[in-house]
Amino acid sequence: MKQRQSIEHIAQGVFLCAGLITVGCVLLITVYLVLSGLPAIAQIGLVPFLFGRTWASTAADPSYGILPFILTSVYGTAGAIVIGVPVGFFTAVYLSKCAPKRIRSVLEAAVSLLAGIPSVVYGLVGMMVLVPFIRQAFRLPDGASLFAAMIVLAIMILPSIVKVSLNALDAVPREYEDASLALGATETETWFRVSAPAAKSGIAAAVVLGVGRAIGEAMAVMMVAGNAPNMPSIFQSVRFLTTAVASEMSYAADGSLQKQALYSIALVLYLFIMLINAALNFFLKRDKEANT
Amino acid sequence: MKRILAILMAAALILSFAGCAKADKSVSTDGSTSMEKVIGALGEAFSQKSGATFTYNPTGSGSGITAVLEGRCDIGLSSRSLKDSEKESGLTETVLALDGIAIIVNPENTVSDLSLEDIAKIYTGQITNWADVGGADGQIVVIGREAGSGTRDGFESITGTKDSCVYRQELTSTGDVITTVAGNPNAIGYASLASVKDTVKALTVGGVAPTEDTVKDGSYVVQRPFVLVTKADTKLSATAQAFFDFATSAEASGIISAAGAVPLA
Repeated sequence: MKQRQSIEHIAQGVFLCAGLITVGCVLLITVYLVLSGLPAIAQIGLVPFLFGRTWASTAADPSYGILPFILTSVYGTAGAIVIGVPVGFFTAVYLSKCAPKRIRSVLEAAVSLLAGIPSVVYGLVGMMVLVPFIRQAFRLPDGASLFAAMIVLAIMILPSIVKVSLNALDAVPREYEDASLALGATETETWFRVSAPAAKSGIAAAVVLGVGRAIGEAMAVMMVAGNAPNMPSIFQSVRFLTTAVASEMSYAADGSLQKQALYSIALVLYLFIMLINAALNFFLKRDKEANT
Repeated sequence: MKRILAILMAAALILSFAGCAKADKSVSTDGSTSMEKVIGALGEAFSQKSGATFTYNPTGSGSGITAVLEGRCDIGLSSRSLKDSEKESGLTETVLALDGIAIIVNPENTVSDLSLEDIAKIYTGQITNWADVGGADGQIVVIGREAGSGTRDGFESITGTKDSCVYRQELTSTGDVITTVAGNPNAIGYASLASVKDTVKALTVGGVAPTEDTVKDGSYVVQRPFVLVTKADTKLSATAQAFFDFATSAEASGIISAAGAVPLA
């Protein structure tokens, strides 16, 4: 008996440690980012940093304005959502409500596979196929643009949108739909008027998850967006918050204002992600309450 | 963190050995980020051969030169020739190798030669159409490297376009530049000579094709020297001298070419 109890205690201790490691990592990253991100903001000034329109970190007379990066990240993510959410949602409705079992299992496997493709592969395919295609289709001098990044991001967020909305739609009680059908509604009416509203918290969570994935992606967009620090415009070469950090970090000298400013960009990005996570938690919590 | 630690340790070493010869069996170098590949390969080969510790602190040519002057490192690394003022302050340069930067375009492009002035005008946005430099009509797509890249720094200082280049794309690797130029008939880019492949066409500049020979004899102008900077009046420590001799020997030239530069020895 005693032995068993001590084993229990040890096990609990191990689990506690594992939990603490995770929490510790989050705390460490937060503290590190805040500490290394604040000095540059203090030196540049919050308003010129967040709302300055020019980024020229290595010029003789440097300027550190990240408004183009912030807007690019926001527009790019919004574009990815506009393209990706309808496709993902309709896929989920089809898979959940009308796909034959066989097709559903094949499609679900394909969606999982899509989620497992490394982002550098998305970037490479985007660079070799999508960018030249956009250049020819729209008769542009160059296809690397915000638009190319939106499409790549839209494809990258599809798996999370499909999977989460699929779970939400599957969880809608069969009785709701049966009742709707019994009242004379067609199947399409039932799916969109009954099933989708019943699953709306889950679908909202899927969208937020997609936003999170899109705003944090660096590698793939770095390869298709062109990376010139311009103010965003659909066919213009643009730089995202993530790529701004990634592309200059390797060469920035230690202790220079440039490197500190890159940490500050990371801090801004981190705050964005925190906001999105808070939104996600809100939707998931509401979902849980609605289901109980 | 590691780098800061290395600097601190180096500083401590120098302080503790101030006045007498520096710590035995260690060579410290400081400077140009573009020389990373060359100096890294040389340092590795040297450590293996002699068992000495080799450190390289990639801070940029300017800081490297200052570091030698202030005695914070044994050998400074610069990817440009010393200015007269720097030579007057008691420094001397030894050219270790040359680095050619190829100007590349898509193989479909009919332009095969540009003058240095035209290249500068293209990169600063004064010439925007290939028709203006004898090619087919089409807007020029200017591809470059990210801020801080050694190749970009070298290219911009040779063409005199520092801080005034208007890039359509800023890519983070030589490979990406080559892939992009290979995929767009109107693109122009620059890349280290050693990494240019058949998928792109290297332009002749002022009629001179970029090859190892034209870089060596100086007729291909888009090139820069990789320079070892030392103090003229102070003797190097035995280990540092051994490294210096090794780097400039014929034995090292294979390592230098493998790292993508044109050796002089």
